[in-house]
Amino acid sequence: MTALRPDLAIIAREVSAHARILDVGCGDGLLMAALRDTKDADARGMELDARDVATAVARGLSVVQGDADTDLADYPDGSFDYAILSQTLQTTKRPDLVLDHLVRIGRQAFVSFPNFAQWRIRFAHMFGGRMPVTEQLPHRWYDTPNIHHVTIDDFRSFLDERNIRIEGQWFLSGDKPRDERLANLLAEHAVFLLRRD
Amino acid sequence: MHEDTRFGLDKKTQLLGPVQLDSGVEFAPVEFAYETYGELNADKSNAILICHALTGDQYVASNHPVTGKAGWWTRMVGPGKPIDPTRHCIISINVMGSCMGSSGPASIDPTTGAPYAMAFPVITIADMVRAQALLLNHLGIDILEAVVGGSMGGMQALSWAALYPDRVRSAVIIASTARHSAQNIAFHEVGRQAIMADPSWNNGAYYGHEAPTAGLAVARMAAHITYLSEAGLTEKFGRRLQNRDAKSFGFDADFQVESYLRHQGLSFVDRFDANSYLYITRAMDYFDLAEPHDGVLAKTFAGTKTRFCLISFDSDWLYPTAESRRIVHALNAAGAAASFVELSSPFGHDAFLLEAPEMNRIVDGFLRAGESR
Repeated sequence: MTALRPDLAIIAREVSAHARILDVGCGDGLLMAALRDTKDADARGMELDARDVATAVARGLSVVQGDADTDLADYPDGSFDYAILSQTLQTTKRPDLVLDHLVRIGRQAFVSFPNFAQWRIRFAHMFGGRMPVTEQLPHRWYDTPNIHHVTIDDFRSFLDERNIRIEGQWFLSGDKPRDERLANLLAEHAVFLLRRD
Repeated sequence: MHEDTRFGLDKKTQLLGPVQLDSGVEFAPVEFAYETYGELNADKSNAILICHALTGDQYVASNHPVTGKAGWWTRMVGPGKPIDPTRHCIISINVMGSCMGSSGPASIDPTTGAPYAMAFPVITIADMVRAQALLLNHLGIDILEAVVGGSMGGMQALSWAALYPDRVRSAVIIASTARHSAQNIAFHEVGRQAIMADPSWNNGAYYGHEAPTAGLAVARMAAHITYLSEAGLTEKFGRRLQNRDAKSFGFDADFQVESYLRHQGLSFVDRFDANSYLYITRAMDYFDLAEPHDGVLAKTFAGTKTRFCLISFDSDWLYPTAESRRIVHALNAAGAAASFVELSSPFGHDAFLLEAPEMNRIVDGFLRAGESR
């Protein structure tokens, strides 16, 4: 099996066995397949890209072609143990509404995103005077799918406003874990485990 | 199983029934024309029912007895295909109301010794499915590994999952809908009126006389347009003229598209009964899966254990993607295991009958995942 992306590896490790999960923006289903095979999870997925959906379904996964911005409303409250949104938040039209649905549908929710306040990005912006193009965020300003960049501190204050509780948090530099200190400056990626209060 | 005469090609049987119809009528006896491919395994867990579309039949993977053409879904069904007789016991039944050997308006009414014609009861998609369940009981098949269908076949697959949730482990619904829209009904009404306006129709009592072939051909021509896409028609025919260099300033088939449609209409009447066309289009128009559940489709599937796979095509305007999406939303709300993808094709509604490698890859993976459970 292909190695999981580091943020997905964290989620795969932390999900409890036999859980019901909804992976929003599941791509071709790598995380779902891993959760099915290692955690005996009942995994469902949603993905916008038709080719990825076809690959995931051909893998035997239950994946529907859909858009996180418009197609989450039909899922009942608390219908999954975990709702997962990995590296998709910054691509949605209304991340706030997507997050509201996520913590409504899942009794807990995993959210991972690239941290736009990481020092390399700050440097690129401050000294280059250009929209940052990094290994993590390789797109140019006009073709990027990432239309709502967010920093770890922005995300935390949003959770505060919405009374969403943090039940776990992990930070990454490349594939290496790092601690919470100065995460907003130093971490390239963040993974949060959330619950609606 | 080799000597079990219930299984094999070109089978016919009559069962006492009755089938309890939605109209309130108890219909009996019930005739069935069907085919099976492959063998039922020891624990009877490999049966796949394939449901056919409006003008389809049981000859899904063997030559049509009238036209001599290959089965209508040999791209999906056959050795090495997603639905494979070396792995599956495949059952394909001519639907009730049709004209290829199952009970329909052209069948003999045992009470009169003459064809039913308009005395045949009006049936629904659910009635077709109830009749199919009767035949499966006769075949000793309790659980279906899968029910698979495109277009009206997809309506039957949905109805199977709704009526007999414990008998259906997986359902594949392709280019279909959970209800007929006003536009769907409108097109069907054009076809029915064309048939009934043909003097030969004679209130349906034309058996033994000239059949209303002109009306049926027009019905088929109108319907055929709905099976294709505008882009597909343009690519295939454009405004090109048929075997001539200039317009005739008359009403011959000047354009290739006219000639093509006329051919579609004329070849159809050789293999299809006009009254069957009336009854089956009526059944489709009456179809609204949510109707018994106060219009809430999710309630139809509450608590279902069936796995669902839905596929739509982006150029299909007869049963557009939005209709598949409605079903998917309902399945999600019901907590059902559902997969859905919209595939790209220039061929409109007919795409499900044509070469579509992505469709085959999806159906294959979906069925195999069910088998490994």
